[in-house]
Amino acid sequence: MAVLRPAGDFDRSYKQDMSVIRQKYQWVLLGLVLIGAYTAPMWGSAYVVSTANQLAYTIIALQGLNILTGYTGQISLGQAAFMLVGGYLSALMTIHLGISMFLALPLAALGTGLFGLIFGLPSLRVKGFYLAMATLAAQFIIPWMSRQTFKDYLGGTSGRIDVPVPTIGDFAFLEVRHFLYISLTVLVITTILTLNISRTRLGRAFVAVRDNDLAAELLGVNLFGYKLRAFFIAAMLAGVAGALKAHSQRGVGTEFGYGLPESIIFLGMLVIGGLGTNIGPFLGAITIVLLEDLANLTGGQVAALFPDQAARVLTSFRPIFFGAILMLFLIFEPRGLAYRWQIIKSAWRLRPFSR
Amino acid sequence: MNWQLVPQQLITGILNGGTIALIALGVVLIFKSSEVFNFAHGHMVMMGAFLTWWFAGATENGNELFNLPLWAAVIMAVITAVIIGLLIERLALRPMAGQPLLSIILMTLGLAQLMEGAASIAFGIDPKGNFPAPFSPGDVFMLPFPGAFNDTIILKKTLAVTFVVAMLAAVIFILFFQLTKTGLSMRATSENHELARSVGIRVPRVFGLSWAIAGIIATLGGVLLATLTGVSLNLSTVVLIAFPAILLGGLDSFPGAIVGGLLVGLTQALVQASSLIAVRNSTEIAPYILLLIVLVLRPEGLFGQKRIERI
Repeated sequence: MAVLRPAGDFDRSYKQDMSVIRQKYQWVLLGLVLIGAYTAPMWGSAYVVSTANQLAYTIIALQGLNILTGYTGQISLGQAAFMLVGGYLSALMTIHLGISMFLALPLAALGTGLFGLIFGLPSLRVKGFYLAMATLAAQFIIPWMSRQTFKDYLGGTSGRIDVPVPTIGDFAFLEVRHFLYISLTVLVITTILTLNISRTRLGRAFVAVRDNDLAAELLGVNLFGYKLRAFFIAAMLAGVAGALKAHSQRGVGTEFGYGLPESIIFLGMLVIGGLGTNIGPFLGAITIVLLEDLANLTGGQVAALFPDQAARVLTSFRPIFFGAILMLFLIFEPRGLAYRWQIIKSAWRLRPFSR
Repeated sequence: MNWQLVPQQLITGILNGGTIALIALGVVLIFKSSEVFNFAHGHMVMMGAFLTWWFAGATENGNELFNLPLWAAVIMAVITAVIIGLLIERLALRPMAGQPLLSIILMTLGLAQLMEGAASIAFGIDPKGNFPAPFSPGDVFMLPFPGAFNDTIILKKTLAVTFVVAMLAAVIFILFFQLTKTGLSMRATSENHELARSVGIRVPRVFGLSWAIAGIIATLGGVLLATLTGVSLNLSTVVLIAFPAILLGGLDSFPGAIVGGLLVGLTQALVQASSLIAVRNSTEIAPYILLLIVLVLRPEGLFGQKRIERI
């Protein structure tokens, strides 16, 4: 990624050129964030811990969607359905094969990746809006299959199966407080993975496909191959996220969401955070998850004022908040919070001459 | 296949397809003129149904503002829907001109969320059974048909009238596009914005007009659906069945939207007639399996124009 750097910030060695984290203060910041996150189960309230856990798996799913939609430019309306696949695969492997969740998680990720390839196949023939429709078909067909087929294994029409508690030796991750360690560790791994995808040959090929697929093909990028790779990575990360969600909620199935609204919210988070940036998934997920909590909070207070209208107030605040924020962002800041962050940084550097 | 059920399901499927076709028509109209694929159309349908219900004074706790007969309520709802359509075009979609596809799709999805919230706060979340439908669901014609179940086909009056109204509306709109000068300017805009502008067509006005007409179509569709199923927030999901119909017929073709709608209705009904319970349960995803097949075999749809890309 060619990032514009201020004058005077240049590299003295190849190693420095290739490094992800360039400045000392960035190491310090990263360390502080990691320490804060990993000690959260000790100081955080139940709300902080469960929100942090929700954020962790949401961000992982968003990182996958970011590879597919942000970097490769293939719109996907089916990310939540792939989370469902990952959750089911991991749960079924721990229940029926009796393997540990720590082995089932990567296997489920691979399996979901392969599943994603099936729905990536239409990208051979169609693109843009038509491909979005093909992923929309996935979003309908996968939850339907979980309710109507293999009812003994997938929970049938009740739409849920119970997932066992993951254990290491004698220690059981009974509470979300304990599970947060797993989620955070996986999040760190996927972040390193996506960071490195975006700045290597693979990521550059993705960006070439997004910007102009015909030109990319002329440059020797195997169009179909790279689109399938993007689908694989997106579905794989969705599978990881789904497995984490399933094991932390101790249940998986259509009862826990995984529907079209979730897929739409993922796309909204991505645009609000910033498409095709590595910090975008973090900013977008944090903004929207906190916004939804705010909507529930204000909704609860308004509902207390009008008790006879409580039900309609409580359900209507979330979609109104989300829709309004998404539309405002699309009109006023279509490049998302990541771009705004860049502007703030450069304004700070250039002060007092900014603007 | 349960052959006894087939004649009945054929009729029901085509009649249901009429409403789907009308809704598909509204989406195609906006896509043709402004290349916006309107995911919020289902919510416009839902709004239209709720507005009619509200103007007709059938609110549940009796403190209604209006108490109009059905025809007047429909007219009032259509006027409101036109205003909503114009506002959407002016405030939400016009700033998006020239933005990438994803932004425009997300804009309509955001609109859909906003309208969902607005409808649930304004009209309440529980389904309303008291839509002032002109017929009750019990009114049926019995057509003798040898070979069908009990040798008769049961034809619900609501369904038949809905189909006639939907087809009539579709024909009127197609004639409007083919015969009037305004229709001609809208077709010209859909071919090429810059060329249309250079021959003196006011392109923003055409966009506004197509959103207004889409509002009318959506309201009509909403009223027709509400006579069948009652008014609820779930009415918006009908557009998810209309999408496969649109792609099946071709994104930019009015006859395609109608044929696609009928075919989707027919598919859903014939799936119902199957003797395997697993197949019968697949009514809700049958249109999407059809969609996947269409996407792989013929992405431009039955009547759509094949797009040739130039570098």
